[in-house]
Amino acid sequence: MRFIFKTRYEQDIELFQHGGKVFWYGLLMAVLLVAPVFVSPYVLTQLSQVCIYAIVAVGLMLLAGFTGQLSLGHAAFMAVGAYTQGVLVTAGVPFFVGIVAAALFAAAVGVIVGLPALRVKGLYLGIATLAFGTIIEEIIARAEHVTGGNAGLMVPPVNLFGWRFADGPSFYYLCLAFAVAATLIVINILRSPTGRAFVAIRDSEISAQSMGVNLAFYKTLSFAISAAFAGVAGGLYAHNIRFLSPDQFTVVQSIELVMMVVIGGLGSVHGAIYGAAFLIALPQMINAVKPFLPLFLSEATGLQPTVFGAVLILVVLFEPLGIYGAWLKTRTYFDLFPFYRQGMFRRQKAFQKSDRLK
Amino acid sequence: MSAPFFQAEGISVQFGGLKAVDGVSFHVDKGEVFTIIGPNGAGKTTVFNIISRIYNPTAGRIMLEGQEVTKLPAHRIAGLGIARTFQNIELFEHATVLQNLLIGAHVHRTTNPLAEALFLPSVKRAEVALRERVEEVIDLLDLAVHRDAMVAGLPYGARKVVELGRALCTRPKLLLLDEPSSGLNVEETEDMAFWIEDITRDLGITVIMVEHDMTLVSRVSDRVMAMNQGRVLAMGQPAEVQRHPAVVEAYIGTPAAAAELERAAS
Ligand SMILES: Nc1ncnc2c1ncn2[C@@H]1O[C@H](COP(=O)(O)OP(=O)(O)O)[C@@H](O)[C@H]1O
Ligand SMILES: [Mg+2]
Repeated sequence: MRFIFKTRYEQDIELFQHGGKVFWYGLLMAVLLVAPVFVSPYVLTQLSQVCIYAIVAVGLMLLAGFTGQLSLGHAAFMAVGAYTQGVLVTAGVPFFVGIVAAALFAAAVGVIVGLPALRVKGLYLGIATLAFGTIIEEIIARAEHVTGGNAGLMVPPVNLFGWRFADGPSFYYLCLAFAVAATLIVINILRSPTGRAFVAIRDSEISAQSMGVNLAFYKTLSFAISAAFAGVAGGLYAHNIRFLSPDQFTVVQSIELVMMVVIGGLGSVHGAIYGAAFLIALPQMINAVKPFLPLFLSEATGLQPTVFGAVLILVVLFEPLGIYGAWLKTRTYFDLFPFYRQGMFRRQKAFQKSDRLK
Repeated sequence: MSAPFFQAEGISVQFGGLKAVDGVSFHVDKGEVFTIIGPNGAGKTTVFNIISRIYNPTAGRIMLEGQEVTKLPAHRIAGLGIARTFQNIELFEHATVLQNLLIGAHVHRTTNPLAEALFLPSVKRAEVALRERVEEVIDLLDLAVHRDAMVAGLPYGARKVVELGRALCTRPKLLLLDEPSSGLNVEETEDMAFWIEDITRDLGITVIMVEHDMTLVSRVSDRVMAMNQGRVLAMGQPAEVQRHPAVVEAYIGTPAAAAELERAAS
């Protein structure tokens, strides 16, 4: 068991609260940095995808997990970012200018999509954002002269200061850098007044207000940040996939993104990243076991959504804190062994079922 | 004559056909503990909700130090120097005690979201400064043992204290306490009484309190106002209001029933 004695206020504020954390995160970073040496190009592309979705996930976690606002429009924010990047880069705009534009444009759209949050909550907000998302998807499909419509849009590889980050390790490192930066930004916000205002809104709007938290401002800000992250991820996604079409950003994708943060574990940054890894790994795992399945199963359409849905149901029923919650329990079990007792986490469970995303 | 520190002038609120608060006027002087008593449903909490701008009054206005409160949005009230607690504790359940108190200090933040995203040195300095102020409240209310605990796991009594602490972290001029002793045991109520005395005497905070525990009321209040069915029944010294026939009647029913009860008691 580990006890952390705090002797200075700074200790609560610091990024890593004890040496152990520095070690483990350092190790993780090292593994991620040398990964290109060991894995196949295909796996590397998948790792890039994990990084890209991790950016969406931490942004969506900030909104859904920490501000308590449900968004079923996040695929649309990704689309705004992806198309902004695709169109601008094709027109010869440098990569970073494109990414900044993608972030800003997605944030602006996020502010508009977030407007209903000032009036409605929970499922109603979900439906309102879903409607907005559908409209954006439709606009992209119709604006053929800019987006190529349903015929799609080809996106050139990343070109940075004359250097091509076309594929393989260089593009992977680029995505990794963005993912790390996004995660750090979210962690920084969460340990500052803004992040606490978000949590206040999530847990009690009425007392947040009485403590001086401007609900409209912070909800809008949360939507803007979250959408900007999705926009940046969209920009990277455009370069990774190289071909954009509206059907990559439908409501189904938005729902998958929400599932990603719920399965990862609402209310934790770790959870967001686990969720992103899960989202990308699941199709691979399904493909891996397919040859061993009976024919009627392996040939069945919709196998992936079904498995995804089943996992979601299991998580909501048995492990509301998601993958992160399961990990916490495992760790606590070993930390406290042999003193772990059943029901230690029960209170959290009861809450998760009823309260969050209210 | 200068304007009183706090003044409510003929405030009313109606829910459908029900006049929850009906033309209530009172004033509170600086440094006073002013207590509102009355049976359940009298409209006491609603008065608080009007002051904190959660409800819009249908008539009347609220003034603090000559400034009209009833024109401001709810989130501006804390910045004005009015803090409150809630009858049914409204804490941020899935945050630690420390985080709850820091949210209480929200109006005193000095950093902007962009600097926070990068966690610039200025943000770190501001956070440490905020922490120092919050620690003062933790010391005052003996909350150190719970500092890093999740609110959701705390016993009821501790949550009441955390809520009081959170309100104090806004550094209020005027503190609204909605039934501070309800649900507390004798010992905790005793602590609460001490804290209310400390808060007014040492911190110079004016208190408006809704309370049922008459021992506590008599002990800490300078003046008492009794309400029933949205109206003011009586106002004055604690003992005098408690004996007021209209107040006795509101609590017990008819004067005859009250006399009956008194006979039974003697
Ligand atoms: N938001 C509301 N909607 C409808 N009726 C309300 C609302 N808030 C309070 N009331 C009613 O107003 C009356 C006064 O309530 P309240 O101020 O909470 O009484 P108390 O004096 O016990 O604090 C009660 O009859 C209550 O049912
Ligand atoms: Mg009440």
